[in-house]
Amino acid sequence: MKTPAGEYFLQGNDACVEGAMTAGLRFFAGYPITPSTEIAEGLAHRLRGKDGVFLQMEDEIACISAVIGASWGGAKAMTATSGPGFSLMQEAIGYAAMSETPVVVVNVMRGGPSTGQPTRASQGDVMQTKWGSHGDYQVIAFAPASVQEMFDLTVDCFNYSEKYRVPAFLLSDAEVGHMRGLLKIPEKIKIVDRKEKGMKRTDEAYDVPDDLVHPFPIFGKGHKAMVTGMTHTDTSKIEPEDVKVHQDLVKRLSEKVLRNRKDINKWELMCPGSKTMIVSYGSAALGGKEVAATDSRVGLLRLKSIWPLPEEPIAEIASQCEQILVCEMNLGQLYPSIKRIALEAGCRKIEFLSKIGGEPPTPGEVRHKLRGMGAI
Amino acid sequence: MQIFEFYRKDRWPHVFCPGCGNGTVMNCFYRAFSELDLPLDGTAFVGGIGCSSRIPLYINSDALHTTHGRAIPFATGLKLSKPELKVVVFTGDGDLGAIGGNHFINGCRRNVDMTVICINNNIYGMTGGQASITTPHDFQSTTTPYGNKEYPFDLAEIAVAAGANYVARWTTRHVHELTKSMKSALQKKGFTFVEIVSQCPTNFGRRNKMADPAQMLDWFKASSVKRDKALASAIDHVDLNLAGQITVGEFVDRDRECYEELIGVEKHG
Repeated sequence: MKTPAGEYFLQGNDACVEGAMTAGLRFFAGYPITPSTEIAEGLAHRLRGKDGVFLQMEDEIACISAVIGASWGGAKAMTATSGPGFSLMQEAIGYAAMSETPVVVVNVMRGGPSTGQPTRASQGDVMQTKWGSHGDYQVIAFAPASVQEMFDLTVDCFNYSEKYRVPAFLLSDAEVGHMRGLLKIPEKIKIVDRKEKGMKRTDEAYDVPDDLVHPFPIFGKGHKAMVTGMTHTDTSKIEPEDVKVHQDLVKRLSEKVLRNRKDINKWELMCPGSKTMIVSYGSAALGGKEVAATDSRVGLLRLKSIWPLPEEPIAEIASQCEQILVCEMNLGQLYPSIKRIALEAGCRKIEFLSKIGGEPPTPGEVRHKLRGMGAI
Repeated sequence: MQIFEFYRKDRWPHVFCPGCGNGTVMNCFYRAFSELDLPLDGTAFVGGIGCSSRIPLYINSDALHTTHGRAIPFATGLKLSKPELKVVVFTGDGDLGAIGGNHFINGCRRNVDMTVICINNNIYGMTGGQASITTPHDFQSTTTPYGNKEYPFDLAEIAVAAGANYVARWTTRHVHELTKSMKSALQKKGFTFVEIVSQCPTNFGRRNKMADPAQMLDWFKASSVKRDKALASAIDHVDLNLAGQITVGEFVDRDRECYEELIGVEKHG
């Protein structure tokens, strides 16, 4: 059941629950893990009887597996977890990519490796989201920085996952997940449903060419669907030894995301044209955002989507500014890629502010770093 | 239903070796399914990874060929999101009992309506004959060249203890009993489990002085004991070996309310 339009004051994880319900979530499977548990608890209330199915599974592998199974039954399906659970899910995430199953995975990131800091925030799973499963594939990932974005970007996760038949991730963290703030739900929200085999609709997903994203055969409708994680032809024939079949399939899995980067990528730009630009995402961007709001010498590019990497806006600001400061709550996961793009675009000085331990860089820490760079 | 309405002829040749027990199980299942006159389009087949888990891909209906050991969670999600579908899982001893052991236990406990057919050939056949969790004690495999020092799992007894609504075990030598049990399992609501002790002459028999599949069937016949007549000492041992016994029969037949009924998901189907 959709959340009525209006203004709400709630926690980030609860905003994710409302976003999922608004996007049309019908199936959730979860396993308790800090700091994402509120999402499972919230959906246990909401998904009942006619509204959908809530399932608490025996582990995170079972959660993502059940979610993929539910998606083949035609339901919009999601799971929510944090680092250790996310690590367990990786094999099935590769399966979802290979079988082109629309699923949404919320990862409320905490400090790792291993059990690490269950209650503290981090951005340590950024590369795992992209490269966690074996083989080549592309995914879609969004990084919310506010309660509002926990809602908005959850809806986007569902929309893009449905549109491109690809696993989509909400890469939140303990800071944003537990933050309390204002949520405004508008009357009209764009909802995209997957392109179903044998149907013709005027939905956005039907505009994507069939050779890039095949129509989805929902089980139980006589399509005789054949779904496999093995290398297969367009007619689902298993051909693990065929070089060309493998090349065509795996390249298409990547192409359908990379070619649509402009459609997927979202960002916020503050004070473009400043001599110094901060590039950041998620709660790591909050300190920089405050600095950019109060100091005209500093601008901010805040990435709302991080996979596929939004190369164009990074290159554009890099071609206009003198120096860039990248802020992350890890020891440098997106930094090397941002540095490469910025160097290619002609920016010569790219510095890095890294903060791990559980809290985002404060405005004071960002200013200190900027002073060291001679920016302020 | 004709047999080639049931199977996808266009996906042949299949991957199974000559003498494999999968053919016997497939035939028994086809017979049970067609005699019950169940709708093929209304049934989805789910498999994990392994020889037996390939069976769904040869059946002419919706097939979900999943990751290793996770067929039951995939089937759980599928069934609950589309309750009007009948869901059948084909799996093996490695897929179900080893890597997927916890999902098996919790699947029985959760009691979602599905039929799980486990073809137990006591070996990892597809990867070339490594010991599995059901390889009998002191038997040979590529990873137990000095004999298997572990003791095997009893999958059917675990299903009984974990709460499945229907549990039966037969061997590929018991085709009539097996077909009858498959019918019972397909008709019953809730989690139903049929285990079939099956021959893998290529990778099990060959290393254990039973290279001819007929020898393995003779072994099954000689070793099989109905559960109510099984030796108490051997039950304690939960062992399956040449000197011991294969307990067969219907292990349990009960009517615990299935999960869909309890959460009311059937109503929105």
